[in-house]
Amino acid sequence: MNDLQFLTWVRGPGLDIAVGIFVLGVLWRLFEIYSLGRKPDLAAPRHADGASGLHTVFRRSLPPHGMLKRSPVSYIGGYIFHIGLAIVVFGFAPHILLVKNLTGVSWPGLPSQFVDLAAVVTMAAMVVVLFDRFNKPVKRFLSTFEDWFTWAVTFLPVLTGWMAVQHLLLPYTLMLALHILSVEILLVVLPFTKLFHVFTLFGSRWFNGKANAHKGVPV
Amino acid sequence: MQGPLIDTLVRQGVSRRTFLKYCATLASMMALPPTAGRAMAEAMAASRRPSVIWLPFQECTGCTESITRSHSPTIEGMIFDMISLDYQETLMAAAGFQAEEALHNAMKDNFGKYLLIIDGSIPLGVDGAYSCIAGRSNLDLLKDAAKGAAAIVAMGSCASYGGIPKANPNPTGAVSVSDIIKDKPIVNIPGCPPIPVVMTGVLAHYLTFGSLPELDDKGRPKAFYGETIHDRCYRRPFYDQGKFAKTFDDEGARNGWCLFELGCKGPVTYNACATTKWNGGTSWPVESGHGCLGCSEPDFWDAGSFYKALSTPANPLKLAATATVVGAAAGVAVSFANRAKKDAAKKAHQPVTLADLEK
Repeated sequence: MNDLQFLTWVRGPGLDIAVGIFVLGVLWRLFEIYSLGRKPDLAAPRHADGASGLHTVFRRSLPPHGMLKRSPVSYIGGYIFHIGLAIVVFGFAPHILLVKNLTGVSWPGLPSQFVDLAAVVTMAAMVVVLFDRFNKPVKRFLSTFEDWFTWAVTFLPVLTGWMAVQHLLLPYTLMLALHILSVEILLVVLPFTKLFHVFTLFGSRWFNGKANAHKGVPV
Repeated sequence: MQGPLIDTLVRQGVSRRTFLKYCATLASMMALPPTAGRAMAEAMAASRRPSVIWLPFQECTGCTESITRSHSPTIEGMIFDMISLDYQETLMAAAGFQAEEALHNAMKDNFGKYLLIIDGSIPLGVDGAYSCIAGRSNLDLLKDAAKGAAAIVAMGSCASYGGIPKANPNPTGAVSVSDIIKDKPIVNIPGCPPIPVVMTGVLAHYLTFGSLPELDDKGRPKAFYGETIHDRCYRRPFYDQGKFAKTFDDEGARNGWCLFELGCKGPVTYNACATTKWNGGTSWPVESGHGCLGCSEPDFWDAGSFYKALSTPANPLKLAATATVVGAAAGVAVSFANRAKKDAAKKAHQPVTLADLEK
């Protein structure tokens, strides 16, 4: 199989399989999670300022008092790489074209030099966050295989995509094929790992916020 | 037309100065040091018409058309004329027995020294019966001619990689020259058709240095196939700015914006079109408003549609609809299973009374 055949495979059957597993996994898990339900809380509801599902959705995006100082890498690094990923994934013209082709929805792209910069910053932030996880004994203790694995499958698409654009190490065709393959691995893995927070993040915050608001506790 | 090449050129009105300039250009185009231009001029001027045998196999004659027509009044064309093209079915006056005799004589007289040019792929299906010349299969002819060749030039994508005849489902079992010949130096000059100056560049290199130029991993001269169309494209700035033509007749197309969204394969195609252009530097496909097809890449014919952007699926997704149904069904089924488990647990729950505790 030559480079172009490899690229054609990842653009064809590979993408088909990956998107198939992704859609299947996402629907399965969303149905399962949201149908679980909880026992109704029969206690009389209490009220407190700032205690509601919606409050929690927003509040959890900000570090609690004093935490930014105690764990700056987690917050700042986390913010940088999440925003960077959004810029790279949704701002790069070829990516928008893929979304348009699959869903019909499109929006204007960002200049490729800016996306390039965002990719470099994203990778730097991800490396720092990884180093922090490795360096802090508590974080390292709490980390399981899944944490290292999900970091890798998130990092690889950014790295290979950036290397393809910059023509580093391998011919563009092969690097582009590897980039698409790495994204396909991410798609397959996403629904079945903690990366599923892409879909459940706000739902779970709302759920916790609402449950605690019933008890009069703003979380 | 015997004697050194420079004499013939002079007879045709080409001055020594023009010839030197041409050689210098050729050398710089091939990224050779400046001194190579002079060496090239000297070697070529003195060279005595190396024997070249051109065998056409499963091909459309487009390669020959490209080489002979596009630059006939230029020096390239003359140099091409100057080689002793002992066998070329399309160009030679002889036919039938005479033509075959010319081939056999050239092979015998220049054994071990001649340059063998192949255009077209070699069919292996039905014992090679899909393409025969003078009652012999292409496979047989190639093996025979390759024995006495100093080097082989695979002209065009068919000879280099199988090309269009090899396209899915490859009814004739077409293969490339390098699939069959393993013991001779082979240089691939892919393209559908290839660029004429690449051909003369390789020939000039061979005459000057007695060897083939440096090749990439696909057997192509690095000097001409070292960079992608996309990287050398004059429309590249529009790609970087995110300005794309959406149709072949919109404002973007009229403004000459990037053709990526219209399926241009420039980013994955290694060739020199963007720099050398075609028809004596007149234009080239992208300049004329059509995206690159990727014709100098192996199996370009089967690399998805010519009009689908590289970052989009090569084929429509078939599994997504099924996956949606199966995923939703699995989710609902698991939900019911979970509910049933909960209900069962609830039913199995035995309340503990005070009496129980006092037992």
